[in-house]
Amino acid sequence: MVALIQFTDVLIPVGIFAALGVVLGLLLAVAFKIFSVKTDERAEKILECLPGANCGGCGYSGCSGFANALAKGEAKPESCRSCKPAELAKIGEILGVEVKSSAPIHARVMCSGDCNTAKQLYVYEGVIDCFAAAKMGGGGKMCPNGCLGLGTCVSACRFDAIHVENGLAVVDPDKCTGCGACSKVCPKQIISMIPVSSAYFVACHSVEVGAKTRKYCDAGCIACKICEKNCPVGAITVNDFVASIDQAKCIGCGLCASKCPRKIIKKLH
Amino acid sequence: MTFGSVLLLMFSAILVENFIFSKFYGCCPFLGVSEHPDTALGMGMAVTFVMTVSGAATWAVYHFFLAPLHLEYLKTVAFILVIAALVQFIEMFLHRFVPALYSALGIYLPLITTNCAVLSSALLIVQKEYNFVEAVCFGFSAALGFTLAIVIFAGLRSRMTMADPPRAFKGFPLTLIAAGLLAMAFSCFSGVQF
Repeated sequence: MVALIQFTDVLIPVGIFAALGVVLGLLLAVAFKIFSVKTDERAEKILECLPGANCGGCGYSGCSGFANALAKGEAKPESCRSCKPAELAKIGEILGVEVKSSAPIHARVMCSGDCNTAKQLYVYEGVIDCFAAAKMGGGGKMCPNGCLGLGTCVSACRFDAIHVENGLAVVDPDKCTGCGACSKVCPKQIISMIPVSSAYFVACHSVEVGAKTRKYCDAGCIACKICEKNCPVGAITVNDFVASIDQAKCIGCGLCASKCPRKIIKKLH
Repeated sequence: MTFGSVLLLMFSAILVENFIFSKFYGCCPFLGVSEHPDTALGMGMAVTFVMTVSGAATWAVYHFFLAPLHLEYLKTVAFILVIAALVQFIEMFLHRFVPALYSALGIYLPLITTNCAVLSSALLIVQKEYNFVEAVCFGFSAALGFTLAIVIFAGLRSRMTMADPPRAFKGFPLTLIAAGLLAMAFSCFSGVQF
């Protein structure tokens, strides 16, 4: 025989649990009133304007850390390199400060030694990481200042703006925000941050004498000084056997790039 | 109940009946928050904290609220309700009075409010008819077992990031295989009997 379930057998437990839920809910509501902590509303609004890539270029632990520092007045909005000017202006509005937009910068890899031009010292077959390779006698390439092409910068980039092409890291100018994350992780320190407005840059960082560089790589600066002699405004100097362009003086005539016998002075865009 | 029996209970909860490797509770945080040993330790500490407190609270709820009203069959619902409310309360309390602990545990606490490991420890305490001291010790040591497992696994995973496995194994497949191997290693404790 089936035992009859009385209506109250269901109703009473349901009532008890409903009451328990209400009591706990009320307790939490009271606790929220007592324990509530004042948070800065501006920090949340600022966080919405930030890119949210947590690149760490500003020196704080991610975008939320930077937003908190901004709300407290400990940081300046300009420190965010990845912010677009419109968003920076919005942050300035929230904080009530004037934002000076600094000249935008881009990352560029100061190396032209790809698989065809750079000579190999040995075949590296280890962990796919530039730091690991750099510890093995400076990596697979003969040139001690050459791009190892194992993509440590690629994994550091939060904007998908740097890729390894033919054994050489190449920056995508449309995606690069200038946060500098790649330049910080490069064990060879050959990724430089240069102003977007510059016309040309020297894609080599070899500080060895010309004869040695010639052995290492077909696309290395041999310090021939042809660029230095040809520059009409004296913007190029050759120091430590490598050419460098003073972007403040450069007028972008392109004479150096056309005269360079190794074709390593490259157009920025 | 003697001191020795409590010690044995704790030993068995940590190693022999490890929550993750022999009971397979709490696999979600085990796989989700085990990429770095630091965060894994934070998660483990948060679980230890919540499981100990909820072990005591649910024991009290069961014996002073459910048992007198003959509502034992509704313990699962009651425990979920109580644990969720308790964790919320603790989170607010820590945020206000112990900011240092809050910033260390804060982000993990909401993740484990209704975690199966926390709930199952409360249910096991009832099933095994522990008294209050045993209940607290069981909750604490089961969570210690969880912490041990997740920290060991995070150590393994942080080393595996430097490995170069075949593409099909890269990422999660290798993680699951490593978890299986670690569970096999822990299964050697299952023969230990007291």
